[in-house]
Amino acid sequence: MNGKKKRLLGDVIFYVFVIGLGILMVYPILWMLSSSLKPATEIFNNAVSLWPSEFVWENYQSGWAGFGGIGFATYFRNSLIVTSTVVIGTMITGSLVAYGFARIDFKMKNVLFACLMATIMLPVQITLIPQYIIFNELDLVNTFVPLMLPGLMGGQPFFIFLMIQFIRGIPRELDEAAIVDGCSKFGIYWRIILPLLKPALVTVALFCFMWTWDDFLAPLIYLNDASIHTVTIALRNFMDVSGGTSWGPLLAMSSLSLLPQLLIFVFFQKYLVQGIATTGLK
Amino acid sequence: MAKIKTPINFSLGSTSKRDNVAGYLSISPWLIGFILLIVGPMVASFYLSFTNYNLLSSPTWVGLDNYRNLFSDDRFLKSLEVTFKFVFISVPLKLIFALALAMLFNTGRRGSSLFSAIYYIPSIIGGSVAVAVVWRQLFGRQGAITQLLSMLNITDTNLIGNPDTALSVLILLVVWQFGSPMIIFLAGLRQVPQELYEAASVDGAGKVRQFCNVTLPMLTPVIFFNLVMQTIGSFMTFTQSYLITGGGPLDETLFYAVYLYEVAFEYLRMGYASAMAWVLLVIIAFITLLFFLTSKYWVFYQSEGGR
Repeated sequence: MNGKKKRLLGDVIFYVFVIGLGILMVYPILWMLSSSLKPATEIFNNAVSLWPSEFVWENYQSGWAGFGGIGFATYFRNSLIVTSTVVIGTMITGSLVAYGFARIDFKMKNVLFACLMATIMLPVQITLIPQYIIFNELDLVNTFVPLMLPGLMGGQPFFIFLMIQFIRGIPRELDEAAIVDGCSKFGIYWRIILPLLKPALVTVALFCFMWTWDDFLAPLIYLNDASIHTVTIALRNFMDVSGGTSWGPLLAMSSLSLLPQLLIFVFFQKYLVQGIATTGLK
Repeated sequence: MAKIKTPINFSLGSTSKRDNVAGYLSISPWLIGFILLIVGPMVASFYLSFTNYNLLSSPTWVGLDNYRNLFSDDRFLKSLEVTFKFVFISVPLKLIFALALAMLFNTGRRGSSLFSAIYYIPSIIGGSVAVAVVWRQLFGRQGAITQLLSMLNITDTNLIGNPDTALSVLILLVVWQFGSPMIIFLAGLRQVPQELYEAASVDGAGKVRQFCNVTLPMLTPVIFFNLVMQTIGSFMTFTQSYLITGGGPLDETLFYAVYLYEVAFEYLRMGYASAMAWVLLVIIAFITLLFFLTSKYWVFYQSEGGR
């Protein structure tokens, strides 16, 4: 009986603590969503509360209209163009590179693999300035090219590494059977590896989407004209323009900018959790 | 984990010519990018760090002046101090939270996976501009937290505007994102063999002893991995400070990366900024090396049958 009571007490403490902390954890997000639906006067007067006295959509309407003559539709389109190019590019070129490292023996492979691993930890600042100078010389500043190009070059080394690890887990017998059937090296990649790589590709695509969508530093440096700004830069400028006055529309557009992440979380949570758990452990 | 295997060469003798061609073709996207976007720029950056260059006129050689000037630049020294303070407070705090919550969720109570998923949400969105906007509002003038603190009679000033508290607002934002290391810890905890706990409790070890003598040693590889990744990442933190506090007030949140950005892209002192980038690389490399060198004393790898 005593043990049972102790267990019950443990359960009560657990749930009170976990739910309490959970509310604190999501408070900033809920606050953003609810404030974006509050009437203008309430964001400051009724700041702490999570429940608007009445729900209004006008913040979304006026936010969507944007500022300086450009609407948020443009910014979302720009972000979508950049992000989808990087994601698709990473999936195609990254998986091919990973296949080469995991399955083909070529000269200096170990040296190049070490280079790949070293770049995972390289601070962006070290290449940032010369890259900017190069793109400036090539007249590519103020275009999407500097933002997209890394995605067409295999993508982030971390993603390549993740796919190499996954391919190593695919039995080599499958490759050998395909060779007997007359498959070339690229045939093996296309017909055997790529279909089996799907779970890793999904994880890579999700993280790549979220990180590129969120990226702030590269668009800040490379994009000058407002018409090609991404959502992240637009939000920053919107914050400066609206100053302390119109937080409603700003919070409405902030909420909207997080929509892709929240949707990914709701529908693909399992892939995200598996992705972190296995890459951290392999 | 954290131990990276190099690809194993299965073929005996020399690799065939066809394999060489196929291999280099398949890695060519990365290799071209590596040469043009990493190696080339690194060489250029190293050269630029010994010059004065403002994008408009060609670089002039100044020798070691940039490096020498760094150490008499008060703002640079301030940025170093702020960054170290930030890293050494936020990373341990974040990992302690992550480990504590992972242990709690590992007790297998109902709803644990739902709650751990909810705790993970901040990690997904924490680096975004939207969250920076929210943070600036919550902790700024008339913000919700500011109002709450003044209602509770704790303080009347807003935390972002106060030089003494601005950095803690940013630390809080980082610690808030403990969900992703927590999930790595959870996965690590599940790998600890149950027999070890049973053996320990047969030997009469209580919960605390079990934690110190079983859980903690078995988790050291995961702790090591998290520590290295989080520390390196924190040194490069940019967006949050740039957007929420703008490096202020009184440079109290002037992160290294923020100052580097200012020097390079606002003052256009590309040579000086390149020198800063190399100093950052040396610092990160040194700390990573320190972690790896000390790891043999405290990281426990099961497969090696001990230390």
